[in-house]
Parts: sequence; structure tokens; C-alpha cells
Amino acid sequence: MSDITPSQTVGPYFAYGLTPHSRCNWSPDQKVYDWKETVGANLVTPDATGEKIRIEGRVTDGDGLAINDAMIEIWQADSQGRYASPADKRARTNALFKGFGRSATDKEGGYSFDTIKPGAVPGPNGKPQAPHIVVCIYSRGMLRQVYTRLYFSDEAANAGDAILALVPEERRGTLIAHKESGKGQTVYRFDIRVQGEGETVFFDI
Amino acid sequence: MALIYPRESLSVFPKHLSPEYRSTVKRSPSQPLILMPHTLSELSGPVYGHNAVQEGDADLTKQHKGEPLGERIIVHGHVYDEDKRPVPDTLVEIWQANACGRYVHNVDQHPAPLDPNFTGSGRTVTDKNGYYRFITVKPGAYPWGNHPNAWRPNHIHFSVFGHSFLSRLVTQMYFPGDPLFPFDPIFNSVTDEKARLRMVSTFDLENTIPDWALCFRFDIVLRGREETPPDKH
Repeated sequence: MSDITPSQTVGPYFAYGLTPHSRCNWSPDQKVYDWKETVGANLVTPDATGEKIRIEGRVTDGDGLAINDAMIEIWQADSQGRYASPADKRARTNALFKGFGRSATDKEGGYSFDTIKPGAVPGPNGKPQAPHIVVCIYSRGMLRQVYTRLYFSDEAANAGDAILALVPEERRGTLIAHKESGKGQTVYRFDIRVQGEGETVFFDI
Repeated sequence: MALIYPRESLSVFPKHLSPEYRSTVKRSPSQPLILMPHTLSELSGPVYGHNAVQEGDADLTKQHKGEPLGERIIVHGHVYDEDKRPVPDTLVEIWQANACGRYVHNVDQHPAPLDPNFTGSGRTVTDKNGYYRFITVKPGAYPWGNHPNAWRPNHIHFSVFGHSFLSRLVTQMYFPGDPLFPFDPIFNSVTDEKARLRMVSTFDLENTIPDWALCFRFDIVLRGREETPPDKH
């Protein structure tokens, strides 16, 4: 029997500790909190190779209303498909690119990340997984975080991805970030619907 | 170190939908979660070691010109995995209300005073024995709108990383003997009593500093264990 410590909600007031410089603080008269950020929403480092991308989306609840007090964390490989983690034996030593980011949502439930498009990473049975980002959502009203995955709309490898294949076809689209053009940079849109119509697929991990 | 993360260990976690805590009603998934194998993407995780922490980040009473009002306390403990092995060099972040039960967050407009000498955020990294230590003031209880006359028990929010993205934990540390426990739907969302009490710190007289500060111990156990449990002799 495990003696694990249970999860509790992040609550509505995490911003000044966890995301002090993020868009969380939408009070018009105060921009940021006076506390050094552990990690922010810009993952791009001078040593990062690959395609620079921006991820944008909105987080909404079961009534379709904005969740304006959520925190999104993302975890991803570099453009070569390597994780900056001791668990990945292929990790580059002394890499500046960490592949981890945090963004709070704003008044409209919006969040964004500036990052590098990840490469394919090793998957079950020695078969590579399609490029993807692990996405974790925390908020008031969530007693534990929920996990989802972001895949890219322009990746042919999605068709052979072992994890996407576990998702009923009619819901798979909720995991695909759509490439938007004409913004002067590559933007992928990834909305997260926590509940209800078009509900994002969350994983039991 | 290759760890596995059995799902059964999560059985003591709160349910996503816990209607007594009203905000869960519209913010919990209604579709069943999709079971998936753990791949390298889940079994790896960010490492934020000593470079993420500045000197003084773990002392919440020294972040401003003067000392904050309230009861000065030490909060310390160990971070373990499920085999009770220490988790070294892992980031521990905390945030909390001030002694009056007021958060500096803009949205908190509860009519209790802010303390110009207290922000309420802290950060540290566990040492090689998985040990961490903060100095702060005891947070006050505060009202919230969940139900008539709802008050949160005194608590400190914790965010901990561990060995992978699967061991990532956000939780709350409570104080022993709080009279608000029976009435708090967030605390009671953990229905297993033993598990619930693991979120309650213990009064640690031995590590109290005489004439200076009381001490509370809060040990944290994260997901993750060896595939073959160590022999028990």
C-alpha cells in the first residue's frame, strides 16, 4: 500500500508564487508580481535548434466560459526528440533548452507559449511517436491536474501514433493543434475544453 | 534510476468531480479518461535544481524591509518516493496567505489587511537527503464563497516536481488540530482518512527554536517506485 501524499487544488491565488510574470495578473493597474519566475512561457533558448513556433489557446469550462485562473504546464522534447531529463539517456549535457514551460490564463482564458517544434520521440515497442507536447492543466475547481497531449495538424506521423490510436476517432481532433498562417510566425492553436461539447481528451496516466 | 508509476497509488487522490467543492462541477472532465501506457514523454520530467533558487528564497520573513506580522514558524520535512527513498535536488515551491488570511493576489479582496512585509511565496531545492526547510509565518484562515459561512483551514500550498512528469504534485499542507477540518470540502475531497491526514503537518517540538519560532514537519511522498520493491528485513 502506497503512502502517497494526495493532490489538492492549486486554488485561485497561485499566480504570485508560480506564474508571477505571466498573463495571469489581469488587473489593469498592476502588471506583474515582484517575485522571480521559476519558469515562464518562453521556452526558446539560444542553443535551441529547429522551428520556432507559438502555441495559443483558450481554456473553457462546462458552460463554455473562460477559465481565467488556470495554469498550463507543458513538457516537450527538443527538435531532435530528446528530453532534457536524466530519464532520457540521449539527453544533451548542459543543454539550455529545458522543454518545460508555464503559462497562466488571462481574463479570456487565453494562454500561449513560445517554443520549438519538438521532434519525434521513442514510443512503445521501439516505434517512434509523432511529435507532441505533454500538457498539464491546474486550476481552482480541479482537485488534481489533468493531462492531455498536443499533436500538430501538419504531421503525417499522427496517423501511426500509438497513443492517438487509443483515442476514439471522433475525439482525436481535440488533441490536434491547428496551424494558423498569415500571422508572421508559425502559430498552432490548441483550445482546451475541460468539460462538455468538444471536451478535450484527458489521459489516465 | 528507472521508476514505475502504478496507477493504484492514485486511488487516494480526490475525484475530479467532488460536488461539495462547487467549482469542480463545471471544471471536471465528464468523459472517461483514456488509459495510456507510460512512454518516455511521461517518464521523463524537468529538472529545476539550485540554479532556479536564489539565496533567501526559502525565508519568507526576510523578503521585505521589515519582518511580517504573525506567528513565525519553521516548516520542514523530506520528499520521498513511494519506496520511501529520498528525492534529492528537487524543486519545492510554496505560496500562502499572510497571518490575517489575506493573499497578495489581486483577486483576493477579503477585508483583512495586507502586510507590506509579506508576499507569501517561497522556493527551495531538497538536499541530497530529500530534505527541505522554510521559514515563514503561520497563515490565517479565510472565508470563501463555496457555501454559507465557508472558511478554509489554515494551509500552505505546495508544488513539487520529483523524478518525472508523473510525480508532479500540487497539494496543500494543513496544521494539526484545525477546527475547520470537518467543514472543508477541499480537505475532505480526500475520502480516505489516513490519506487525508498525510496532508496535515505534525507539530515538531524538537526542532522548535526556543525564544524564536515553532516548528512543523511535513513529509511528502511522490509517485514512483522501483519495479521490484526493496526487500524488507
